[in-house]
Amino acid sequence: MAELNIVEAIRLAMDEEMERDERVMVLGEDVGKKGGVFGATDGLWAKYGDKRVLDTPLTEAMIAGAAAGAAIYGLRPIAEMQFADFVYPAFNQIVSEISRFHYRSNGTFSVPMVIRMPYGGGVHGALYHSQSNETYFTATVGLKVVAPGTPADAKGLLKSAVRDPDPVLFFEHKKTYRLFRAEVPDGDHLVPIGKAEVARPGKHLSIFCYGYMRACALEAAEILAREDGIEAEVVDLRTLRPLDTETVLGSVARTAKALVVHEANRFGGFGAEVAATIAEEAFEHLDGPVTRLAGPEVPGVPYHHDLEEWFMVGPAKIVDAARRLAAY
Amino acid sequence: MAKTETRQRHVELGLSDDDVLAMYRQMLLARAVDERMWLMQRAGKIAFIISGQGHEGAQVGITWPMRRNQDWMAPYYRSIASALTFGMSVEDIITAHLAKGDDVSSGGRQMPGHYGGAPYNIVSLSSPVGTQVLHAVGIAMAAWIRGDDVVAMTSYGEGTSNQGEIHEAMNFAGVHNLPVIFVCENNGYAISVPLEKQVAGGNVAARAQGYGFPGVVVDGSDPLACYAAAREAHDRARRGDGPTLIEARVVRLTSHSSDDDQRRYRDPAEVEALKEQDPLARFSQQLREMGLLADERDEQLRAEVKAEVNEASKRAEARPEPSVAEAHQRVYANPIPGGGTATTAPAGTEGH
Repeated sequence: MAELNIVEAIRLAMDEEMERDERVMVLGEDVGKKGGVFGATDGLWAKYGDKRVLDTPLTEAMIAGAAAGAAIYGLRPIAEMQFADFVYPAFNQIVSEISRFHYRSNGTFSVPMVIRMPYGGGVHGALYHSQSNETYFTATVGLKVVAPGTPADAKGLLKSAVRDPDPVLFFEHKKTYRLFRAEVPDGDHLVPIGKAEVARPGKHLSIFCYGYMRACALEAAEILAREDGIEAEVVDLRTLRPLDTETVLGSVARTAKALVVHEANRFGGFGAEVAATIAEEAFEHLDGPVTRLAGPEVPGVPYHHDLEEWFMVGPAKIVDAARRLAAY
Repeated sequence: MAKTETRQRHVELGLSDDDVLAMYRQMLLARAVDERMWLMQRAGKIAFIISGQGHEGAQVGITWPMRRNQDWMAPYYRSIASALTFGMSVEDIITAHLAKGDDVSSGGRQMPGHYGGAPYNIVSLSSPVGTQVLHAVGIAMAAWIRGDDVVAMTSYGEGTSNQGEIHEAMNFAGVHNLPVIFVCENNGYAISVPLEKQVAGGNVAARAQGYGFPGVVVDGSDPLACYAAAREAHDRARRGDGPTLIEARVVRLTSHSSDDDQRRYRDPAEVEALKEQDPLARFSQQLREMGLLADERDEQLRAEVKAEVNEASKRAEARPEPSVAEAHQRVYANPIPGGGTATTAPAGTEGH
């Protein structure tokens, strides 16, 4: 077992999958010699060559659309959007085409492909290098949407995504890339798509989170235990679509209180789906209002340090929200 | 004189007398299917029809060099003749338009005109125009990566040629010399908007020069000219020399669709004059000049085609309707049982 950070785990997952299956290839902007702007594909070009690690023009629709064509042909493409903020030119391909091929062809075409997207703020990226835009895609039937929060999950989920016969959107919070190191199982470590994980058991309330929010929620839980004697259960959703309702509802049944946390803005955000599911299916277990903690209702993360800090959801905001909910 | 020249022309292209007659028959067949579906639409059996009438010469000629079960096609909504030439049966096409449950394109899920068929290497088509061009480029990219002897062909109208995705597709195909043939069927109208209001410069093929590959204009009502251009493009792609853009100048003999009435925006005299460019009439005349077709043979071919369409229609109409109980199935290739709201079937229906 090696100690890796998240970006290293992602690179390792791609390397192992490319080695295992020659149909797997990577395409995107600067993924070749440079190894990607975040270094996620570093070393792959030297190992696998021009064709399997393919630098594309600055054309996101082409990256997604050509990956879809290649997937239909029989390859297993991993497309990289340089930033999730730049995925919109590919929106037509992802939403009109990639998500619907299987259904519209009555199951006769499949699009086994992965789109990796660095998302999220806290890195001085401002409005156009910080977006958490997962909700556009979690709202789209036909896509699977994954957002890991640990190096082991990043590796295991990416490997599962590559092997999945459906299109998987893989959201990587860029602040987590080099945030911490943790043990990652060697070899064929697969984490199933569609399974949440109880990252820390507790009994007073449940905190539902994903991506970078996992680390923030765990830190908040530590503070709550130490300072308030509140035992918060932290549930890392890991996969947003399909949502692991069994684990979500099981946690609410234990704690009776639910706090849903994400960095994307609240209105119509993914937390609304989690909250509605809990309200509909766990009503009799609830002993407090299902609560959402989310990014503010502004069009993007503002640039200046003070403004960005105001925007970001972190341990302190989670502790505040959890204290209010626990006291209810 | 004309007779000798035409005869030499198809022989020079490596086509036998039987080949050109088969091409003619294929055009007749596509027209007969198209006309039958308009009848079915008017009879209330099909909700909507979008026609390929006037495009048959280009589609048959251009698809003719494509190798079935080896090459790939990403067609568009007027591609009846292309789909037939690439392997779809008349029954497949009518079944799809009737939205029957075992329709090979979509099992009754898609509107008429959304050609596709996994068994034929015909990529399932959607409605946003131009998206399929990137799929063809992706297939060509995959074949290039794998070193496979495969050519991808994609078609679209001149209205679609202005979409950004077409630019992204052609640029990428040009960068890597991918084995793809772009076919723009230019009928002069994007629904109601004429060419001069949609295409700057008035010439779609000229754009290829900017991407570093050939763009050729062909008379889309001349199937042999279309065949010649496509065969050259196909050879070029197989040699690894890259893409070709073929702009086939065709005529749209019908309104845009069954929901449109082109008399609102086209001069009746203009529409009447199109009939002189009808590829069927033109090719029939050519074949007569070549001494390959006389009235008797023509009538025989038309009768054969009519019988084929009659039989196929009967069989298609007898096919089962789609089952509502299956409408929630085949959303994901690998659903996760009990995996949550994304894949859970409504109460009373089966899951995936």
